[in-house]
Amino acid sequence: MADQTLPIAGSLDITPPRVKERATAVEWLHEWVITTDHKRLGILYIVYATFFLLVGGLEAMLIRIQLIKPDNHFLSPGAFDQMFTMHGTTMVFLMGMPLLFGFANYLVPLMIGARDMAFPRLNAFSFWLTAFGGLLLYYSFIGGYGLYGMGNAPDVAWFAYAPLTERAFSPGHSTDYWALALIVSGFGTLGTAINIIATVLSMRCRGMTLLRMPLFVWLLFVVSGMTLVTITPLTACQIMLVIDRYLGGHFFDTQAGGSATIWAHFFWIFGHPEVYVLVLPAFAIENEVIPVFSRKAIFGYPAMVAASVGIAFISMGVWAHHMFTIGMTSVGNTFFVLSTMLVGIPTGIKIFNWLATIWGGKVQFRPPMLFATAFLFQFLIAGLTGIMLAVAPWDWQLHNSYFLIAHFHYVLVGAIVMAFFAGFYYWYPKIIGRMLDETLAKWHFWLFVIGFHITFDTMHFVGLLGMPRQIYTYEADRGWGTLNTVVSIGGFIQAIAVLIFAYNLIHSYFRGRIAGNDPWDAWTLEWSTPSPPPDYNFATDPVVHSRRPLWDLKHPDDPDWKYE
Amino acid sequence: MSAIPALPPAEPWSLPSRGRVGMLSLIIGESGIFTIFVVAYIYYIGKSLSGPTPQQVLDIPLFNTICLLSSSVTIWLSERQIERGNMKAFGALWALTMALGIEFIIGTFLEWKKLIFVDGLTIHTNLFGTTFYSLVGLHATHVVVGLLMLTLVLIFTLTGHVKESHCERIQVLALYWHFVDGVWVVVFTVVYIVGR
Repeated sequence: MADQTLPIAGSLDITPPRVKERATAVEWLHEWVITTDHKRLGILYIVYATFFLLVGGLEAMLIRIQLIKPDNHFLSPGAFDQMFTMHGTTMVFLMGMPLLFGFANYLVPLMIGARDMAFPRLNAFSFWLTAFGGLLLYYSFIGGYGLYGMGNAPDVAWFAYAPLTERAFSPGHSTDYWALALIVSGFGTLGTAINIIATVLSMRCRGMTLLRMPLFVWLLFVVSGMTLVTITPLTACQIMLVIDRYLGGHFFDTQAGGSATIWAHFFWIFGHPEVYVLVLPAFAIENEVIPVFSRKAIFGYPAMVAASVGIAFISMGVWAHHMFTIGMTSVGNTFFVLSTMLVGIPTGIKIFNWLATIWGGKVQFRPPMLFATAFLFQFLIAGLTGIMLAVAPWDWQLHNSYFLIAHFHYVLVGAIVMAFFAGFYYWYPKIIGRMLDETLAKWHFWLFVIGFHITFDTMHFVGLLGMPRQIYTYEADRGWGTLNTVVSIGGFIQAIAVLIFAYNLIHSYFRGRIAGNDPWDAWTLEWSTPSPPPDYNFATDPVVHSRRPLWDLKHPDDPDWKYE
Repeated sequence: MSAIPALPPAEPWSLPSRGRVGMLSLIIGESGIFTIFVVAYIYYIGKSLSGPTPQQVLDIPLFNTICLLSSSVTIWLSERQIERGNMKAFGALWALTMALGIEFIIGTFLEWKKLIFVDGLTIHTNLFGTTFYSLVGLHATHVVVGLLMLTLVLIFTLTGHVKESHCERIQVLALYWHFVDGVWVVVFTVVYIVGR
C-alpha cells in the first residue's frame, strides 16, 4: 500500500519520470530566490525558522551559563540584557511565526487539493519581508557601534515597556532596529495571513466543504484570522514608537503627559493573542498526528472546530492578565481573571477530544506520536499553571518571577516546540522524500523531554523562592544557586537534543530510507501525491467526498462518506 | 484497489472570489491598525500639558468630508457602469472619483499648513499634535495609496486596456476605497466631534 500511487479521483500521477537535470549552483540559487511555489517558500520558511531556532537556542544557553552560579560574570550586564531581549524576540518572531507559516504554506494547498496559494507572488513577497526583517534585527549586532564588543543589539526585553524605549532612556539605534525589524516582518506576516485565508476560502478542490477540511487547515485558517487582528496592533504601536523616537512625538513620553500603561495595553493586545497564534498550529499538528497514529478518526470533529474558533474569540479579551501588577481597578482585574479562566473551557474540550481519539485506538509510538504524547502532558501542566497565574492575587505574588518564565516556557517549549517536532517527523518524508532516522529520533525525544523537565520543572521552584526574571546575577545567600545550576544543566541537555535533531535533518536528507507516497498510511490529501510532490501538486484537480479522502480510497467497501 | 468505488453524486461547487476575500482580509487587518490609533487618540483627549487645544485650532472640514464621502458614491456608480460594459461613463466617473479624492488631500494640506504655520501646532508640540497628525496622517496616507491605484486604473482606462472583463478587479479596488472613506467617518467623528 505504502508505495502505491493512490488513484484518488483526479490525482493520478501522470508525471513523466524525473530526469535529473544538472543545474549550476547559480541556477539553483536563482530558482530558490525567484520561486513563487508554495512548497519551496514553505521550505524556505522552515529552514529560516530552524536556523533561528539554533540562534535563539544559543542565546538561551548564554543566559543559562550566566545564571548557573551566584555572582557570575560570564557576560557583561549589557550583553545579558541583549541576550534575553534577542532570545525572546527571535523565538517569537523569527522562529515561531515563520515556522508556523512554513508548515501552513507547504501543507494547506496540498491538504485542500489546490495547486498553489491564492496569491503566489504575494507569498514570495511576504517571505522575503519576513526574512529581511530578521536580517535587519540581527544586523544590530554589527550595526551602530560597530563590530567590537556586543555591537548594540536591542536590550529593552521583548515587550519593550515604555518609557524605557524613549530616546532619553534608550539612546543609539538598538531600539530602532527592534521596532523597524518587527514592522517589516509584521507586514510579511500580514501578507501571508491574508494569503492563507484567501487560499482556504477560495481554492478548495471539489467536494472539500468547510466541514470536510482537515483540522490542520481549519486551525491555520483560524490562526490567520487572528493574525490579521493581532499583528496589526503591534505594527500600530511600533509606528507610534518610531514617531516618538524620530519625530519627537509624545505617545509614550511620560514627561509630556504620555502614558506608559497604554504601551503595555497595546503590546499585550497583540501579545496575548500571539500566544494563541503560536499554540493553535501546535494543536493543528496534534489533530493530524494523533488520529493517524491511533488508527482512529478524530473524535468530535465539529467540537474541535468550534473550540478553535472559541479560543480565537476569547483570546482577544484576556490581554490585561499580563498587567495585574500594573494597578488596574478591581472590576478590571475581575474581568480579566474570569475571561482568562474561560479560555480553559475550549482548551479542555480539545484535550479531552485528543484523549478520546487515543482511547481504544491501536496506538503506534513512532517518533511523531512520541512528541505528540509528550505535548498532551506538558500542555496540560502549562495550562494548569496558567490558571494559577490567572488568579490576580497569586499573580501579584509571582508576576515576573521565574514561575512565570517556567509557565510560558512550558507552553512555548513543552507544547509548541514539541508539537512542531512531531510535525517535522511526520511531514519530513513528504517534503524530502526520505524518512528521518528513528534511532536518532528516539535519542532526540528522550534527551529533550528529560532536559525539558529538569529545566522547567525546577524553574517553577526558583520562581516560588522569589527569583525575578531578567536579573543579571544574584547573591549566594539567596538559596537559588543549586536550583539554577540544575536548570542550566537541563538546558544543556536540551541543546544536545536539538543538535541531534539538526544532525538528523541533514543526515536523513542524504541517507534516510526512501519514504514512498504514504509512509504512515494516513488519510489526508497530501499523502496521495508523490514525495516530494511535483510542482503542480495534483495532475488534475482531486474530488473528495469525506473528511478522510484516502480512507475512502483504501476502503472502497466502507467509505467514510456513508457516515458523515 | 481495482474496484472502482461507488461515489456519492457530485454536489454543486462554487467558491468565493479570492480577490474579494483577500481585500476583505486586508481591510480587517488595516482596521486593527486604525483601531489602535483611534483608541490612542480618544485616550489622550484633554491630556496635553500645553496648548494649543483642539477647541482653539480645529475647524470642521465639512467640504472635504462631503467630497470624500461622495467619492464613494461616484466609484460605486462607476462600478455599475463597468458591469454594463459602458467604458466611457466608467472612465468619466472614475476620473470624478479621483478629483474628489485629490480635493480631499489638498484640503488636508491646507488644514495642516494653517495648523503648522499659523497655530504653531506640530507633531512635537503636545499630545494633541502627536495623536492628531498620526491619526489624520495615517488616514491621508491611505487616501494617497488609494489615489495612486486609482491613477493606474485611469491610465489603463484611457489607453484602452481596461475591459468589461476586469470588472471584478475594479470592484476589489473599489472595496479598498470604500474602506478608506468608512475610516474617515470614524476619524471625523473622533477628531472633529468627540475631541473638539
